[in-house]
Amino acid sequence: MPTDSKSGAAGKAGAGEARLRVRKTYKLYLGGAFPRSESGRSYPVSSARGTLLAHAAQASRKDVRDAVVAARKAFGGWSGATAYNRGQVLYRVAELLDGRREQFAAEVQAAEGGTARAAAAQVAAAIDRWVYYAGWADKYAQVAGGTNPVAGPYFNFSLPEPTGVVAIVAPQDSSLLGLVSVLAPALTTGNTTVVLAAQDRPLPAVSLTEVLATSDVPGGVVNLLTGFTAELAPWLASHRDVNAIDLTGVPPAERAALEIAAADNVKRVYVPRSVDWSTDPGLSRLDAFVETKTVWHPIGV
Amino acid sequence: MTTVVDLRDVTRDNAALRRFLHGLPGVDQVGAEGRAGALATRSIKTTAKAWAIDTAISMVDLTTLEGADTPGKVRSLCAKAMRPDPTDASVPAVAAVCVYPDLVETAVHALRGSRVGVASVATAFPSGRASLETKLHDVRDAVAAGASEIDMVIDRGAFLAGRYLQVFEEIVATKAACGTAHLKVILETGELATLDNTRRASWLALLAGGDFIKTSTGKVAPAATPPVALVMLEAVRDYREVSGELRGVKLAGGIRASKEAVRYLVMVNEVAGDDWLDPRLFRFGASSLLNDLLLQRHKLATGSYDGPDYVTVD
Repeated sequence: MPTDSKSGAAGKAGAGEARLRVRKTYKLYLGGAFPRSESGRSYPVSSARGTLLAHAAQASRKDVRDAVVAARKAFGGWSGATAYNRGQVLYRVAELLDGRREQFAAEVQAAEGGTARAAAAQVAAAIDRWVYYAGWADKYAQVAGGTNPVAGPYFNFSLPEPTGVVAIVAPQDSSLLGLVSVLAPALTTGNTTVVLAAQDRPLPAVSLTEVLATSDVPGGVVNLLTGFTAELAPWLASHRDVNAIDLTGVPPAERAALEIAAADNVKRVYVPRSVDWSTDPGLSRLDAFVETKTVWHPIGV
Repeated sequence: MTTVVDLRDVTRDNAALRRFLHGLPGVDQVGAEGRAGALATRSIKTTAKAWAIDTAISMVDLTTLEGADTPGKVRSLCAKAMRPDPTDASVPAVAAVCVYPDLVETAVHALRGSRVGVASVATAFPSGRASLETKLHDVRDAVAAGASEIDMVIDRGAFLAGRYLQVFEEIVATKAACGTAHLKVILETGELATLDNTRRASWLALLAGGDFIKTSTGKVAPAATPPVALVMLEAVRDYREVSGELRGVKLAGGIRASKEAVRYLVMVNEVAGDDWLDPRLFRFGASSLLNDLLLQRHKLATGSYDGPDYVTVD
């Protein structure tokens, strides 16, 4: 291709002309792929100061359905992996996040406002939280499970097992640390997830899925939808193939309706007590989506 | 089909048959794919969707063709065929169950008193690689055990080698061995390579007296695809034009979602005509499709998405 020597085109950096901005397309993350919403819709996302950042995909109930199918399909592999392997895979996510710290700090600052220092601190805390939960993967069973010398010729083993497909409404305020704090523990214990990103601040979540896609987390283990919480959450709550729902990002006034819908197939419903993301998370979120299986082992005659 | 041909004359010998089949209009593959794609864009909702789902259920040949099939599995399949959703009596029964010949007796016994037919694959299914004598014996076994429908496979090797008359005569002989049972002729379009061949094989099967033409065994990929279905539906439509007879089409293999099934019903209506929206002339060979249809039906009835925990899986 002949180039015109007078024009500063074709990738000549610093030719004195401003580069055209490359606008990023923020898409959904379903089954390990990045589709646009089936509905073809998108919605504007603004920064904390009110300027337009980008248009994010506006998921529909069909996307919710597809996400649940993907999560269900991925459940066997993820829950069947050894706890040690899950820990390694989650730790690798933290490694990759660490390499993209600046990008996430910039996105968090754009989404939430505040200082660059505060944004960087939030990203660092989010990475540390991945590491924290990754470390718990092969140690949680020792703490939550147990052995029980029952009265009789048996010995009991109680083992935590994943609940299944967990729908998570991510916190609306903390776009990265909050998201990581609700997502990682569900993954640690072997669940697969369908996550509704924070409605007004979805961009850090979408970038997180790009990290997940390039990590070793199998496709379908995390499915992220961006869109309107009020539109999508009821479909997740009433979906009979979802085993649990985390209502962290739902305003308290709207939780009751979702809990009623969730009762149809006796979902586990998790409503957090406190939501200060900067404090030590403890084990409460690991305990939220596990089922205890007790095995009665006969002992000698 | 504008030229009027004497259909008895074209099967005089291999050369005449070859002239006739190769004289059929060629299929424009791009056009066929485009047309099939265009028909898949119709939006079928609410009452139309409910009707389509129930119609599709009534057209299912509920199939199990595994080496590991047992009489118990066939019995449970028959129970599901008669009453697909135990919690809902308004769900129609399926058209037939489809099993291997040695399990026909079990199926007939389990289905007695119902209107569900028993189809059996025969003729050294799925490859068809056996002597004609063996294949016919296979058919007679299944018919004697009480099969009301026989799904045969054509000899794809002979067809691809141009021995059309041999294929024709095998179908005729199989039809004779069927007695009163209906004959479905499996073309295994995935092995025929081109849509032209699909059209020729369809006509060949119709000329030889097949009551149904069927896409695939389900053991070879690609199985039923929209362009192939289009060509086969055109064949039965055109065949009615030249002979006045109504023959059926059965799609089999790889159809797992209600959405696909409904799209095929749209195609049946648009290509062949609404005479074919009837289990006597159109079937889906399927196993997991039925569950998806039931889940969709439930979604329409309750408004909430359903999950596989609420249907029977074997």
